[in-house]
Amino acid sequence: MSAIDLLAQPAAKTGSHLNDLDYSVVQQCMHCGMCLPTCPTYDATKLERNSPRGRIALMRSIADGGLEATRDFAEEMYYCLGCLACMTACPAGVNYAELFEHARAEVEEKKVLANPKRSLIRKFTIEWLFMDLSRLQLLGLAMRLYQKLGIMKLIRWSGVMKLMPRRLQELEAMTPVIQDKFSAELIDPVTPAKGGKRYRVAMLTGCAQDLIFSDVNLDTVEVLVRNGCEVVTPPEQDCCGSLHAHNGEWGLAQTLAKRQIDQFPPEQFDAIITNAAGCGSHLKHYASLLKDDPDYCELAHLWDAKVKDIHEWLSEIGVDAPKVAGEPEKKDVTYHEACHLCHGQKITSQPREVLSAIPGLNLVELPESNWCCGSAGIYNIVQPEMANELLDRKVSHIKSTCTDTVATGNPGCLLQVINGLRSHGVEMRACHPVTLLAEAYRKEETSSAE
Amino acid sequence: MATPDPILKQLRAIVGARNVLTKQEDLIPYSFDGTAALKATPGCVAFVKDSEQIAGILQLANETGTPVVTRGSGTGLSGGSLPSEDCIVMCTVKMDKIIEIDQANLTMLVEPGVTTIKIAEAAAKANLFYPPDPGSMKIATIGGNVAENSGGLRGLKYGVTRNYVMGMEVVLPNGELMWLGNKCVKDVAGYSLRDVFIGSEGTLGVITKVLLKLIPKPQTKKTMVATFDRLDQAAEAVSAIIAEQIIPCTLEFLDRTTIHCVEDYAKIGLPLDCESLLLMETDGHPAVVDEEAEAMERVCREQGAKEVRVAKTAKEAEKLASARRTAFSALARVAPTTILEDATVPRSRLAEMVRFVEEIAKKYKLKIGTFGHMGDGNLHPTFLTDERNREEMKRVHEAFHEIFDKAIAMGGTITGEHGIGLAKKDFLPKFAGDAQMRVMRELRKALDPKGILNPGKMFDA
Repeated sequence: MSAIDLLAQPAAKTGSHLNDLDYSVVQQCMHCGMCLPTCPTYDATKLERNSPRGRIALMRSIADGGLEATRDFAEEMYYCLGCLACMTACPAGVNYAELFEHARAEVEEKKVLANPKRSLIRKFTIEWLFMDLSRLQLLGLAMRLYQKLGIMKLIRWSGVMKLMPRRLQELEAMTPVIQDKFSAELIDPVTPAKGGKRYRVAMLTGCAQDLIFSDVNLDTVEVLVRNGCEVVTPPEQDCCGSLHAHNGEWGLAQTLAKRQIDQFPPEQFDAIITNAAGCGSHLKHYASLLKDDPDYCELAHLWDAKVKDIHEWLSEIGVDAPKVAGEPEKKDVTYHEACHLCHGQKITSQPREVLSAIPGLNLVELPESNWCCGSAGIYNIVQPEMANELLDRKVSHIKSTCTDTVATGNPGCLLQVINGLRSHGVEMRACHPVTLLAEAYRKEETSSAE
Repeated sequence: MATPDPILKQLRAIVGARNVLTKQEDLIPYSFDGTAALKATPGCVAFVKDSEQIAGILQLANETGTPVVTRGSGTGLSGGSLPSEDCIVMCTVKMDKIIEIDQANLTMLVEPGVTTIKIAEAAAKANLFYPPDPGSMKIATIGGNVAENSGGLRGLKYGVTRNYVMGMEVVLPNGELMWLGNKCVKDVAGYSLRDVFIGSEGTLGVITKVLLKLIPKPQTKKTMVATFDRLDQAAEAVSAIIAEQIIPCTLEFLDRTTIHCVEDYAKIGLPLDCESLLLMETDGHPAVVDEEAEAMERVCREQGAKEVRVAKTAKEAEKLASARRTAFSALARVAPTTILEDATVPRSRLAEMVRFVEEIAKKYKLKIGTFGHMGDGNLHPTFLTDERNREEMKRVHEAFHEIFDKAIAMGGTITGEHGIGLAKKDFLPKFAGDAQMRVMRELRKALDPKGILNPGKMFDA
């Protein structure tokens, strides 16, 4: 038996989603195994199918016609966190992000996991709620009332939740605090630059970010303005479609991408800013999403080039260090890298640069800083066991830094870390790096006013 | 072919139902190792946790005549851990404990599933040094390293895995357990069976514990990069360095294609305006390091180096070495299938071999990237091809034939560190000769009379 005899021969096309992919994308993986030690699910189970290399082998089997999109395959594709740590590790340059989205699309297309409950939830969230953010805001308002009017306190106090299934209890405890005001109520449609306009940028307020962390959006705008940017923030915005693409809804993701490009014509801005790593990682790949759309494909390339994560942009234009009179207040801060910043966008030094620009801030490196916290989009809701394992690991590392603050640049991670610190009884602050910078700028104003 | 139910039942009784995989979605990810273009789905996969379970599985396999392929992380480059369609893949990755670090005797006792990097890190923590550093060390396991007698970037000065194995526990195909070697530096009691098992590619027994030798950490090191305008100049420089009786710890070679691929991945600022590059590292006593570094720089310049640059920090040096370790995988950026070999020649004939490989690539109209551990004569000519192109694959095969023949004619070997496995099986008889083949066959038959261990690998029993 020689190497030649054992050659893998791809079978004829079966017309599946994975088959429409250029075969060289699956073939790019030369199964060297370099991704294995960086994959959180492989690390936990030591099973090849839970590794990037194993998953790609399964995808390739489907592309070859040797395997159907089975239930096991589908479950595997949803067991993957999509943290993309494998892409950082991969010397061969496999585009796992693309493969993974196509694989999930295959699963949805073939309806392998379809059941009435799942279909209903998906219809309500992915196809309805997140296709029009005014609906999401209405839900946000309802939740705000639930939290503000004391209903939540009453329910928690009454112990009625204990009658609910355990999973529902856990989910209720994870419910984020809805902000008093959403971004549109906090941020003007156009905020002029301070100290001379150097750039004109657009600000994407996000979906969940807008409900839970509209304050971070305000901080971001203030920081941009302070660094010579005129900021355009339309009060009504759309979802970037990251949720849809990551969950196999390729068509809806395309619709949303086009709406974004329509609302923010890329040629009119120096940069299109996002402060959510998960969104940014998706926003920068509209060109591949719209590559077959003759009206948008060219614009999408320009769009991809203009989308900047806030840290990336600040580093590019040279972040202005906050001024401080006298000795700055000392503060130890550690930094957790959102997967979709460090792996998805290869942004690692810039957030550290932004943090280090703050006077008195001592940046303490977090062990395993680029290991997933388990948030991973909606992973912590659908795969609680694995997500909690990762969260425990993250919290113990955060504790080991003995700092008072942990900063991270993604709403999902921020929420996950806040929940983790609370459930472990760790009294530490968790916030977006931009919030710390904005606070330092505000201090600057009060000290100059004195 | 699925493993028959009665065997599965017994397997489950031995390792627990959770540790036996039989679904196709579980098995497909075990249908390959790190070798290009080889594929075969196993009958089942069993995860083992100790020697007792391994003995149980081997007994069962021996009684039923079921083939067993032992596998660590599946990073091998000769198809050594490739399953056969009816086999049990016995996976050792869950046996990943470091059992003991003996500071008084400078040894480490480990289970076979410990990764090479964990061993290196644990040694460093104890202020000791475990030198073998195969390219896949981040995930490759020590069991696989020993079974393949893996090399690495430091082979030139420090030798290969074999030089660091003091002892091991082995389970024989009939389930018998034996200890080979010990913590003594000197031991001539009987045949050195330990050495027979090192590099036996999973054909004679299953390694269940390894006793490793550790050495003192070198006090300091210096890393340098030299660039050349011609491919063979780098090879001439290496031969000249060795001829001057300088044995640095690393002399790594990269050609233009490889340099570009590695830089594309690692982005560490490798020089892109040269035809070849030497990565050189000397370690040890500071005075010796300075002297060797100076001498190597002089020799490189004499051989026409464009530039010789010294890494300024330890971090930069580490980045260079780890970037080099990704060379093979990084070459996959150029072509979908990368088929590499590891023909090795005496170091005085390096330049000749490098030129020959270049000619062969031209003759067969193949794209090639060559890199390797030039200091130990171990080259990795890598053909950049597409396994779906049968006609081109045939040319690749023929080209390798010529390269192997040339290596043998030059007094070299067909594999320096990757092993025979399946990939080089056809070439072994020619290299080894009739007598050696016969002795190896008889040895294998004596230890594994039923031929259950990794059948079809290395040679047909």
